[in-house]
Amino acid sequence: MTTTATTPGGGKARAAIAARTLRTDRWWLAPLVTFIGLGAWVTYATVRVFMHDWFFVPEYHYLTPFYSPCITDLCTGEAAMFGTPLPSFFLLPEAAFTLPFLLLFRLTCYYYRKAYYRAFWLSPPACAVPDGHKSYSGETRFPLIFQNAHRYAFYAAVIISVINTWDAVVAQKTGLGLGNIILWVNVIMLWAYTLSCHSCRHIAGGRLKHFSKHPVRYRFWTFVSKLNTRHMQLAWITLGTLALTDFYIMGLAADWFNDLRIIN
Amino acid sequence: MKRRFRVWRGDASGGDLRDFDVEVNEGEVVLDIIHRLQATETPDLACRWNCKAGKCGSCSMEINGKPRLGCMTRMSTFEENETITITPIRTFPVIRDLVTDVSFNYEKARETPAFAPPAGVAPGEYRMQQVDVERSQEFRKCIECFLCQNTCHVIRDHDENKPAFSGPRYFIRAAELDMHPLDSLEDRKEYAQSSQGLGFCNITKCCTEVCPEHIKITDNAIIPMKERVVDRRYDPLVWLGRKIFRRDQLENMAPSSTVGVAGTSGGVPNSSVRPPENAPTGPDGHLDVSELLAPQQGGMSPFGDDMTFPMAPEQVTYHHPDPDRPAGH
Repeated sequence: MTTTATTPGGGKARAAIAARTLRTDRWWLAPLVTFIGLGAWVTYATVRVFMHDWFFVPEYHYLTPFYSPCITDLCTGEAAMFGTPLPSFFLLPEAAFTLPFLLLFRLTCYYYRKAYYRAFWLSPPACAVPDGHKSYSGETRFPLIFQNAHRYAFYAAVIISVINTWDAVVAQKTGLGLGNIILWVNVIMLWAYTLSCHSCRHIAGGRLKHFSKHPVRYRFWTFVSKLNTRHMQLAWITLGTLALTDFYIMGLAADWFNDLRIIN
Repeated sequence: MKRRFRVWRGDASGGDLRDFDVEVNEGEVVLDIIHRLQATETPDLACRWNCKAGKCGSCSMEINGKPRLGCMTRMSTFEENETITITPIRTFPVIRDLVTDVSFNYEKARETPAFAPPAGVAPGEYRMQQVDVERSQEFRKCIECFLCQNTCHVIRDHDENKPAFSGPRYFIRAAELDMHPLDSLEDRKEYAQSSQGLGFCNITKCCTEVCPEHIKITDNAIIPMKERVVDRRYDPLVWLGRKIFRRDQLENMAPSSTVGVAGTSGGVPNSSVRPPENAPTGPDGHLDVSELLAPQQGGMSPFGDDMTFPMAPEQVTYHHPDPDRPAGH
């Protein structure tokens, strides 16, 4: 009796399958939705940041998160809580000190990395669908090796979340309106997103070898871990709340509609 | 009721998808259909399988392009008129039909330094708290089906990365040992980055998507390992803190001396230095299937056919687990 089994390790060729992928489901849908969603949000945010207008409602003290803290000469009166050290220039966002860090925080975020590597860079577009590139070095060299600095962007994001919380607190002194509620929901979601960060989970306790020696940090790690499983949802929710907050305040500042007041 | 299947048949020299119409009964899984094909039209269809319960990790294949276990993919998840395409896993060289040569994974496993207990603790005296070992236990669920290794685009789409990249299965191994309360090897972070190629991973999470044991490979192993590597390599503040305070686990971390090594040279006692061997083949380069034709009767010795027992004591690479001696000496 003969056999056709070849020596293991003898043949080194992969199975000759002509099709690049044999997936029959709509694998392209998720990257497409991500592409459209992120693309639309970035477009909206860019337009808004360089609009240099309609960012503050003086009577209720609403300041949009896209312009917080407002530090150029364009910021007048109570909008400029931190002074105005920068000149007004059309290429300079009003929140020039914070927006770059927020951008870095989201760019280096472990969830967004997955999202844009798949949807924008097609590396890979979906599981078991071929990479759109000839060679691949991952995050081993410049510039992607700087993804490792995510924790520093996280530290910055914590400080910025404190500033956003302060904005919501200050807006509270005029009473209560729908704007206040929107600001608070946005701030709470921003905190949830920031604290659910993978770097935060590592800093909180993930780096420890013995949880039993650090019971408080273990509890904090457990809390962050629970949030962390929702990191993707929170990433999208905060994009939504940020855009909504900004749009609402833009609408109030431009007099498209009036704030729905509950108290005062 | 008959349903349409397309099964890849061939070997390293080539092959193609063949069409079959096979009877499907209620409650069956894809592996049942393979078995029915073997029992009827294609008795020589090659397929690896063992437990049919999703616990042995043998029947990894690609079903409609998705890496799946044949025994865990129910036929009821497909439309009745759907053609089901079954191919071998793509990332590894094919041996025949649905059987692939996954020795890449075993080579990478040998390169990973094994668990190293602390000095002065004898086997049987290991004590640890549940909260400390919990994280490592998740990764022990791995059944080594290698679906994660197969789907990972780093080696699936770029074969040239294979020497430098160990793959998700060995990242969870690295995380399991680095998080283990009793593991005393200090350079696992450095090892993961420089020898396992952790930096190649761009956390697109396909390994987590295909894992039949639902291990959170990316969130619980790869990202924590990446963060630990940042501690070790890229974070100037942690480096400064380590210098100033000389505390935490971090003070232990010496530079790596175990680059891509296995067995005794990796400081791991009780392991053989014998390199892996191929099964003996006949003059035609093929395996003998029959005992009657084989050069010797009975199953092949796992130690190789040129080994006689008992071995001379100086040939034995056994190290007595002496509790007073530190590991690796």
